[in-house]
Amino acid sequence: MNRQSPCIIVVKGGWLTTVQDLGRYGYQQYGVAVAGVMDRFAATVANRLVGNPDQAAVLELTLKGPELQFEQNTIIAVTGADLSPTINGNSVSLWESILIPHGSRLSFGKQHTGSRAYLAIAGGIDVPLVLGSRSTHCVSETGGLGGRLLQQGDILYGGKPVKFADSLIGKRLPEQLLPCYGRSVTLRIIPGPQQDFFLKNSLATLTEATYTVTPQSDRMGYRLTGPKVAHKGSLRFISDCTTMGALQVPPDGQPILLMADRQTTGGYPKIAVVISVDLPLAAQLAPGYTISFTPCTVAQAQTALRQHRAQLDAALPQHQ
Amino acid sequence: MPLGDSAITIEFGDEINPQINARVVAFTKTVAGQSWSGILDVVPTYRSVTVVFDPLLWSSSVLAKKLNVLPQLQSNEMGSNGILHEIPVVYGEKWGPDLEEVAAFAGLTPAQAIELHASTRYRVYMLGFSPGFPYLGLVPDPLAIPRRSTPRTKVPAGSVGIADHQTGIYPSATPGGWRLIGRTPIPIYHKTGPNPFLLKPSDLVQFKPIEQDEFDRLSREAQRDDH
Repeated sequence: MNRQSPCIIVVKGGWLTTVQDLGRYGYQQYGVAVAGVMDRFAATVANRLVGNPDQAAVLELTLKGPELQFEQNTIIAVTGADLSPTINGNSVSLWESILIPHGSRLSFGKQHTGSRAYLAIAGGIDVPLVLGSRSTHCVSETGGLGGRLLQQGDILYGGKPVKFADSLIGKRLPEQLLPCYGRSVTLRIIPGPQQDFFLKNSLATLTEATYTVTPQSDRMGYRLTGPKVAHKGSLRFISDCTTMGALQVPPDGQPILLMADRQTTGGYPKIAVVISVDLPLAAQLAPGYTISFTPCTVAQAQTALRQHRAQLDAALPQHQ
Repeated sequence: MPLGDSAITIEFGDEINPQINARVVAFTKTVAGQSWSGILDVVPTYRSVTVVFDPLLWSSSVLAKKLNVLPQLQSNEMGSNGILHEIPVVYGEKWGPDLEEVAAFAGLTPAQAIELHASTRYRVYMLGFSPGFPYLGLVPDPLAIPRRSTPRTKVPAGSVGIADHQTGIYPSATPGGWRLIGRTPIPIYHKTGPNPFLLKPSDLVQFKPIEQDEFDRLSREAQRDDH
């Protein structure tokens, strides 16, 4: 692929398409949000299928995908949500490395499962590094393509693909590792760190009930609705650092699940945090979908993540 | 305290004061100074430090043990302050549309409110909310007005605001609920420069009232420096 010539011309931007990598770390102390892909698993698989390092930038597509014209023969992989991708009208396999010929058009249609799909191209999406990352954070207009969503007429360039990229064509994620995206999911949570700010039965309320994702949900966080998670009310919380997956609870008792574009600090106490290995399932939710929470320990969470990663590494090794 | 499976938060107290924050800043430097691989972020806030790590490389229990034995500033030690920044501000009118309201809340004239805000030396307790946004404190009691009940959808870059005992500067145009009393022409966030952030935790800030012509002159200088 030639760096000097465009790889992709954006014919239609889709509903919410951004350039993302694994996030902008190292600058949270200055108030810079991490951003990055919502679903790390799907994005990582997409990159490995096309021979990229895990940190390479991909496109994150939301609910209604874009229409993209490829200006070069390119090896791509589409993972995550099934948004009915087609190349020149022919449907495309998900979770598989494919060659898209020069002049072809990649389009998306109806959303079947999940809400966020990932498109990796061999060599990665080449946009400038801003504070060490290519991730787009629209709220602060940082990174990606001008800090904003893709729109009609945008031109994307690719980085240099690995030499053996051609040999990856047809490679797929083994069946047993394919995630199952549902309209109702169970997410494991680690209680705390501010459990003291809530009434004793609040954690029980949270884990026994079902919460619904409301339309007031985006890459920053999902506002949930369900039984009230009651504060003690007597304690004043001093803002501190947030994390992806944290369930922060404003005084109205309706939890907010913080996601990739969250602010670095937050002024509401956090009753629990969703574990890393389950965050990809959270990333695939859409308004109206429901969540049950179940408690888990830190050690269990870290073991589950390592086991899951070992399975992925065995199936699709990381490229350096 | 675990903050999920990828971060640990260490609390140094449950109030906002310079001694506690000095311990936070000192501990942040100590942790960052270890240069441990797999540590992604060390985030100081008013009274806590959060260490963000790669859970594939660290277990929380191992990291907690290593953090526990690092030296900490004792509670009677003050720690050293960072740099003192003098920040010029044009107060009131279109630059600070809430000045009159803040003055009325304080039972002062606008001139007295300006004098009180500008005569206090503030500590940068933490950065958060948006890139480079400093939480400065503490604002003298009379000026400690709560946030607006409805945030503005766009606050201009450089706006100086008050929220309770905190005062801050909006580094870029964002939505915001703080009461706006003035605006500085000095950019505190350079997205693309080698040193993007003017202010760091434990730095000190003193505001200096200026007139409109001085604001215009400094704005032009800042724009020139940018190009």
